[in-house]
Formats: sequence, structure tokens, C-alpha cells
Amino acid sequence: MSTPAISQRAATATHRTIVRTHAGMAELVAYIVAGLATGAIYALAAIGFTLVWQTSQTINFAQGEYVMLPAILILAGVSFFGLPLWAAALLGGLVFVAVFGAGFKIAVVDPMIRHGVLPLAIATMALAIIMKEGAKDFFSSEAQTFPSPFPAGAVDILGVSLSMQHIAIIAVAFIAIGILQWFVSRTRTGRQMQATAQNPGVALILGIPVARMVMLTFAINAALAVLASVLVSPLYLAKFSNGEVIGLFAFIAAIVGGFNQVRGALGGGLIVGVVDSLAAAYISSSYRLAVPLALLVLIILIKPEGLFGRREERRI
Amino acid sequence: MKPVLQVTGLRKSFGGVVAVDGVSFEVHEGEILGIIGPNGCGKSTLFNCILGQLVPSAGDIRLDGVDVTGSTPEAMNRRGVSRTFQLLQVFPELSVRENLILAGQEHRGTMLARLFGPGDAGLTAEADRMIGFFRLSHLADAKAGSLSYGQQKLLDAAMAFMAGPRLVLLDEPAGGVNLTMLADLKERLRAMNAERGATFVVIEHNMDFVMSLCSRVIVMVEGKVLMTGTPAQVRSDPAVLEAYLGN
Amino acid sequence: MTEVVAPSPPPSPPVARAASGLSRRLDGVLLTLIAGAVLLWFLPVGMGRYGTYVLTLWLVTSIAVMGLNLTLGIAGLKSLAQAAFMGIGAYTTAILGTKFGVDWYSCFLLSGLLSFAVGLLLGFPALRVKAHYLAFVTLAFATLVWLVFRNEQWLTGGTFGIANIARPTLFGIRTDGALAFHRFVVVVTLVLALALWWLIRSPWGRAFLALRENPIRAASLGVDIRAYTLLAFAIGSAYGGFAGALYSPLVEFIDPSPFALSASFMLLLMVVAGGSGYQLGPFVGALVAVALPEWLRFTGGLYLIVFGVVVLLLLIACPQGILGLAERGWNALRARLGAGAAEPSR
Repeated sequence: MSTPAISQRAATATHRTIVRTHAGMAELVAYIVAGLATGAIYALAAIGFTLVWQTSQTINFAQGEYVMLPAILILAGVSFFGLPLWAAALLGGLVFVAVFGAGFKIAVVDPMIRHGVLPLAIATMALAIIMKEGAKDFFSSEAQTFPSPFPAGAVDILGVSLSMQHIAIIAVAFIAIGILQWFVSRTRTGRQMQATAQNPGVALILGIPVARMVMLTFAINAALAVLASVLVSPLYLAKFSNGEVIGLFAFIAAIVGGFNQVRGALGGGLIVGVVDSLAAAYISSSYRLAVPLALLVLIILIKPEGLFGRREERRI
Repeated sequence: MKPVLQVTGLRKSFGGVVAVDGVSFEVHEGEILGIIGPNGCGKSTLFNCILGQLVPSAGDIRLDGVDVTGSTPEAMNRRGVSRTFQLLQVFPELSVRENLILAGQEHRGTMLARLFGPGDAGLTAEADRMIGFFRLSHLADAKAGSLSYGQQKLLDAAMAFMAGPRLVLLDEPAGGVNLTMLADLKERLRAMNAERGATFVVIEHNMDFVMSLCSRVIVMVEGKVLMTGTPAQVRSDPAVLEAYLGN
Repeated sequence: MTEVVAPSPPPSPPVARAASGLSRRLDGVLLTLIAGAVLLWFLPVGMGRYGTYVLTLWLVTSIAVMGLNLTLGIAGLKSLAQAAFMGIGAYTTAILGTKFGVDWYSCFLLSGLLSFAVGLLLGFPALRVKAHYLAFVTLAFATLVWLVFRNEQWLTGGTFGIANIARPTLFGIRTDGALAFHRFVVVVTLVLALALWWLIRSPWGRAFLALRENPIRAASLGVDIRAYTLLAFAIGSAYGGFAGALYSPLVEFIDPSPFALSASFMLLLMVVAGGSGYQLGPFVGALVAVALPEWLRFTGGLYLIVFGVVVLLLLIACPQGILGLAERGWNALRARLGAGAAEPSR
């Protein structure tokens, strides 16, 4: 906070005020950009969460672990098999999508969905424990640095110094979400997937291969998780326990934005990211988590369909 | 005969759609009143308004002369009005006897007294009588979910009588019930009416069932009362025929 | 149209039979509880300090799981905050006991009462929001409570925790020793289990079940949905508080970590693993989660993974949990041997 400008005693009081205000503004912008970067990552996780929830009624309590694990797999690929980073990333990503996208759907969701939503949700809690403890016991209980795919350093935009990494994260996440949005709304398969998400029963009658579409959403969820993992791990380090907080933020983002919308999850993610970043900076770092949680409770009580969601018709 | 239930100018709209449009009628002590009408004429909405599942947009509902418009379903039930639903609504994991005890227990004493009182709220004997009355004795300990559809319909009706209600509203009691069971149900309802003086309002599609059971019939079309009369009057009314056959 | 959206109810409940005479009240659950208490009174003799500690921890955990079983298993309300209530009880007892010298019995009652009151408040959203949203509200609550435990150092000691929590005295006899405290916990657990057994067999228990199975029909039968929803939440939470009040003197030192969100998830898994809705399910579920790892030392540090895998496989094979599986097996056996045998105790 003590910028060189302020420490210059020669500066007049007026000048000092201006500089300080300016510094305050620059700080605010930097915090917002940092919040947007983490928020974009939460959005990736929230979108996957929402897609899976819509198409198969699966509330995935392991969503945070889904974002935690790919980075660990990639690091394991590097350290156990001596793979170069890009190969480890490719292999780790593919293995993850195969096992935790398709495999999860076939081995856990398919046999359990007929028992209803609750047992399945609880099964994902068990899965979360397995993933978390697995990462801890088979890889490491320590936080590991994860190389950033983007250049370090800062850029000056209109006098505000912004982290390159943050900007790159926002760009990549938005491109990914843009592609997803294009896929969902412009391609035939994407529209079939959307129809499945909105009403699986009707989709089936329309001759849409519902089972395949559901499988596709699980694969997309896993792929989004891989991307989120690669983006978030350089910031937070790769650690087995990362899933708890990330998962919490993904739920909050999905609900705040609106459970039934891709753009809702995006908006929710960004809002939650910024709120968290500002809360940490200006309110209290020990209670930073409380602010998004309070937002969550408020939204559930006041506008349960979410900020961008459609109100579902009430069923008696 | 004094009216048990008086409905005056009842109206219910959902957004722009008017489901019940100014309906007025009375139910007299000890009668079996039928309400018929084509699908979507607002019969079930009418029931839901009377019973408190929905709040009417306008009009009032009086029970024994007391205004009960907008009461909750629990409150209506405690005032002695019970109902069945169009779709089956029993508690599948509870036994037949437990279903009936549940149907009666909330009318016994205060909540605290029930907690410290007997587990069956002293209703086992009454439940068994009701089970016997509906000829389900051999199934008393079976889970309700394991009963046939018709048997569950009987149980559903039996539950509505358990608390000795002032008025019972039956929403399509005959729907999906086979002929033998139907005769059984009709006969039981009649006996209930004759022996216990129970007052009924019955919504039904099955004309034979309504005409042979009810003493008076209201015909509803598009949210309005088209006519009220005895089964014979209704049967011979050209407007009713048109309403049913015209579309 | 009345459309019943099937939020498929959790696994089959134990339905109390309508008992007409006292003899029928002596059912399997009651006999198991009493026999179990007698067995547990003597079991730790010669087991050593640590073995006894694990047994006691199992019972304390079972109390918290019993409460959640009432809220979730019987009444069908999805709560992800049971560990937070356990924490509220544990901290209440620790703070009142160490800082104000309040005797354990008063602490115990206050812990239950405070959890009851907070549970009642938390129950209000349950009246407004749909099932899975309720889970998220309780999740938020659990995390907030944990933040308070961690951050309010002046009250809770923060991450340094609270040490030197005294064990209670019964009729002038101190329960400082592992065996004495274990026996004390056996008695308290039995009393709490019997109270719940009574509750579930009372008309209230039937109303809770009705709440889970079909709240709309229940309302039309005069069941006060508001009151029973709040009570199911509050009573379940109070059991969490009671468990916490025993947990504090058991471990003699508490910090925020055992009351984190993941602990609430674990308690939920125990409800389901044991058999959601079965009255003895909590003991089985807690046994699998708390005691089994100790006996499965050969797995090394992997016991949580083993637990996760076991629960996952169990859920895939039989969502009704271990007791559901046992009942299924028992019924199959009975069908093969011909009817006539007694019901399994549940």
C-alpha cells in the first residue's frame, strides 16, 4: 500500500490524496481481475456441475475433487513416468475423462439412478473421500507447485498493473465456455444434449439418443474439470485438500447463477469469484468464505431459481 | 337440512387462465353430492381451493356457517373436513393399520400428550374397525405399497373417514378401480353415509358410479356450474348432454 | 394437477407396529439396545486404554448419527450440518466447563438445548426451499459454524483449541479412567437411544415418516407439517449437541477440525451405510466408520479409502445400507425355509 509516490515527502497533500485514491482504484481493479480469474475457473466447475445435474439428476458432491485430481494425475505422470509436461497433461486429461467421466457414469450413476437422487448424491460424497484420500496417500500430502502454462509477470493497462496469468486464465476460460456455448446452441448434437438436459422424457420421445447425450455431459464435465484444474493449480498449488473449497465455490456459483442455465453458472462463477476476492481484500481474510456463503443462503431464500435462472414451474 | 358447506362466488385463476369461475353451491348434512364435468372443467381446482391446497382468488367458503376461506390443509382437516386425492396417496412404507392410525392421530389430544401417550394414540381398535369395515382385515399388517391398486383406493378412502369427519371430499374415488372393487367401494361409501351419517362430495368421471351413489349432482363446465339437480334431472338435461358430447 | 414428483424416499423405514399390549412393546430393537448396553458395559475389560477409547468414540459418534438418522432417515430432511451441531455441543461443554466451572450435567443439557434451538432456526429454511436447496443451506451453515470455531479465538481458542476438559462425576464417583468414562457413556447412550426409540414409536415418529413419504397427503390428514419439520430438525440437532457434550470430555481437548464440513459428510455416510431409517442403523454405520478402521490397521493409512470404497460399493449394491442388506438376506432365508420365523430386529 505504501507506493513510492506516497513516501515522497515533497509531494503536496493534494497530490498525495490523488495518488492514494488512484492506488486504491488500481488495487480495486486488480482485485476484481483476480476475482474474475478465479471466478472463471469456478464457472468451469459450476457449468459441469449444472450439466450433470440437469441431464441425470446427479448432485456431484465430488465436483471439487474433480478439479483437484487432474493436476495431481499430471504431476504424477511427470514424476512417476518421467513424461514431459505436455504429454503428462494430455495423458492425465484423457485418463481422467475416461475414468471420472465415462467410468463414473457407467459404474456409479447408471446402477444407482433408479434408487433416486439421495443415495446417488451420497455416493458422490464417498467418491470425494476416495479421490481426496487417494491423492493424499498415493501422491502427496504436501502442496505441490504446478507449472503455469502462461507467462508470468504483469502488464500495465491504463496505468493498472494486472497479472498476465489472471488475464490469460480469463481468456482461456471464456474461449472454452464460448466453444461450449457454440456447441450446445449451434450443433445438432449440442442441441440434442440441451433437449436432454431440459426434459429427458420428452427428448426420448423425440428420438434423441438420451443415454449417449447423458454420457456426453459426463465427459464434458470431466473435461471442464481438467481445464479448471490446469488453470487453478498454478495459483493455489496442487494439493489433495483443494477440492473442499473449490467444490464449495462451484456449488455456490451454480446456485447463485441459477441451476438450470449454462450462462447462469458462468455469471454465478464470476460473481462469486469477485465477491470472494473483494471480501478477502477488504473485509476479513479469516471470514472471506463467509461472504459467498451468506450470498448463497440469501439467494436460496429470496430467489431460489438463481440470479439468471428460470423459475421452474411449481409441482405439487 | 342445514348446509354443512357453503361455497359462494368461488373464483380461482392461474395467471390469465380462470380455472374456477364464480362457483356457488351448498352441501347439506348427510347428503352425497356429486360433481361431474368434462376434463379441465375445474373440479379438482375447486376441491383444492375448498381444502386449502390453493388459495382462492375470490369468493368465500363457509363450514357450518364459519368463514374458512384460505385456511391451511391441516386446519381444514382439523375442522373435520377430509379428502382423497385424484392420484393414489397412501403411505406405501407404512402398514395398512399404520396408515389409518396416522389418519386419525392428529385429532387426538395435543402434540405433547400424543408424544407421551400410547404409540398408537389409542387408535388401534378404531383402525381395525375401519379396516374391517372396508374389508381389508387380512391385509392389516401388510405394507400399503404392496396392496393392489383397488385395495389402495379403498385404504385411501378409509383414511379419509378415520377421524370421523364432518365432511369428506372424494376426488375420483372410482378412477382405475376394477368393477368388482368398484361395487364394493360404492357399497361401503353408502354404508358409511347410512350408518355414520357421513356427508360427501364426490368428483367422478364414472357416470354410473355417480348417478347410483349421489342424491344430488352438480354439473361443471369451463369453471362454471352448468346445472344442479337429481341424477334423473341431470341425465335428461339436453345442456348436459351437449356439454359432454358436444366436444 | 397434483403430480407426485417421486423424490424416491430413502430406504425402507422401520415401521413401529401398533402395539396393543406391553408385551408387544418389548420388540427386537429394545432388546438389542439393552443387551448391547450390558455387553458394552463389560466388553472393554482387559482391552486397554486405547481399545476402550475407540469403543467409547464409537458410541459418541453413534449418538450424533442417531440424530441425523431421525432428521434424514425418518423425516427425510437433508441436513449436511450434523458435525456442526456436534461442534456446538462440544464447544458449549468445553467453554462452560473450563472457563466457568459449570458441572458436566448442566453443560450436557445446555449443549442439547442450544443445538435444539439452533436446529429449530435452521429448520425454517426447510419450510421454504426444495429438498436439494435445503442441503445447500445446511452446508453453508456448517461451514459458517466451523469458521466461527476457527476464528473466534477469544471464545474457542481458535486452532489452538481448548484443553483440560474435565470428565463428569457420577454419584461422587469420578469417571476419569477410560473404563469408568466408557461405562458412563454406555449409560448415557442407552438413555438417549431409548428416548429416540420411544419417540419413533410414538405418534410423532409416525408423523415424521409421513413427512418423508408424502407431505401433501400428510397435511390433508391434519399433520402439522411446519411443526413436525422443525421438530425433526431440532431433535436431530439436539442429539448432535449431546454427542458433542460427550465428545469434549472423551478427547479432553477440542479444536475445530473434527467439526468441519467433511465430518458432516462422514456422519451422513454413516447413516446411509448403517441403513437409513433403521433404528439400529446408526450403531452399525458408526461402527464401520469409527471402529473398523482401528481394527483394520493392516490397511495402514488407507482406511479412509477403504471406507469410501466400501460405502460406494454398498450403495451401488444396496442403498438400504448394511441393515437393509441383512434384512434382504434374512427375508430370502426365511422364504427358503418357509415362513413362520420371527422378524429380524430392527
